[in-house]
Amino acid sequence: MKKELTELLLRLGDDALIAAQRLGEWVSVAPEMEEDVALANIALDQVGAARLLLSYAGELMTEAGESPAAAGGGVVTEDTLAYLRDDREFRNCLLVELPNGDFAVTIAKLLFLSAYQRLHYDWLVASTDERLAGIAAKARKESAYHLDHGTQWVIRLGDGTAESHRRMQAAVDEIWPYTHELFQADDLTRRLDEAGFGAAPATLRDAWLAIVEPVLAQATLDRPADGWAPADGWAPAGGRAGLHTEHLSYLLAEMQVLHRAHPGAHW
Amino acid sequence: MSARAAVSAVVDPEIRVVTIDDLGILREVTEDPETGRVTVTITPTYSGCPAMDMIRADIRRALATAGYLDVEVVTVVAPAWSTDWISETGRAKLAAAGIAPPNPARRAGPIPIALAVPCPQCGSAETEQISRFGSTACKSLWRCRACREPFDQVKPL
Repeated sequence: MKKELTELLLRLGDDALIAAQRLGEWVSVAPEMEEDVALANIALDQVGAARLLLSYAGELMTEAGESPAAAGGGVVTEDTLAYLRDDREFRNCLLVELPNGDFAVTIAKLLFLSAYQRLHYDWLVASTDERLAGIAAKARKESAYHLDHGTQWVIRLGDGTAESHRRMQAAVDEIWPYTHELFQADDLTRRLDEAGFGAAPATLRDAWLAIVEPVLAQATLDRPADGWAPADGWAPAGGRAGLHTEHLSYLLAEMQVLHRAHPGAHW
Repeated sequence: MSARAAVSAVVDPEIRVVTIDDLGILREVTEDPETGRVTVTITPTYSGCPAMDMIRADIRRALATAGYLDVEVVTVVAPAWSTDWISETGRAKLAAAGIAPPNPARRAGPIPIALAVPCPQCGSAETEQISRFGSTACKSLWRCRACREPFDQVKPL
């Protein structure tokens, strides 16, 4: 079961890490100074969760004698996983790697992701793996603040001016299709669920909709039709299997360049 | 000086008016009677708290000064830290430094929302939250409508 647990930790940790890297791009250019601080704080929480999750994954990989191709063996740490994996080795959902877009797109991503993370961590608190349950118990309290922040902004922008409403609706429409991937079951989630580790069961989507739909309604925004996805059997997905959008490679290049140029550098 | 006393006096690097003991970051100090090795257990306020490395270093320095050289600092995340662990002394020190102490954290439900946070400067209840996120991960940003002063609150978690 260790192999499956490692894979779950990578999914969770990579979601948090890539979300943090994207949010960090807003520092010093957010719409107001308080927002610089808020997005940076949320990014910091995500980095914190990512460190706990990826450190754990790294220990399991070390025990199993596995390591990212570019690391070439040895002890696998959180840094090995963050800096020395290539795009195909990342397990994050596509939603987190999408570009920030305008502020409304960032906020749509924040609302959808934080509602999912909040529910997922809630679920993981009951995991049979004690260490994972402990990490989840800590992260869930933090994601509640992220969800609250996303909720407030979606309402403020959606129920704001004609222009902010138009942009918020466009952002929700753009990001919505990528939310299906969060709840997709696959062989791994089924095996983990059976073993009581807790993955993202498809059933979480109902609870997620119960959070997101009232926010959209209060923001006077239309809840996008599921439409072409997944009714016809296809939705943008692949992140969990390492098949990403082109955006991830550019993000990784920026995130990893320093470490790869100066391995082990500290400051 | 006992090892516990030495570690208890370590101040938080980001809020230097309170100790790590006041904040509930310090969980346990044990001393092995055979080897003399001191094991200190701490827990982060927030998962990404950037002060943890400095807190570890400060603990080692404080113990070394008190004569304890064989030291292990262990970091745990469970049970998850709560603002309810901040001691009464800690709350008083925060308030005296112009930082509003947290309201009680609720156990269940969504995020704990402060109904009224009195201004730590003038005591007025006429205050408003400017942002849920403040100068450190554990604080939110407020302003007082009576005395017009901005202030931080350690937000309930």
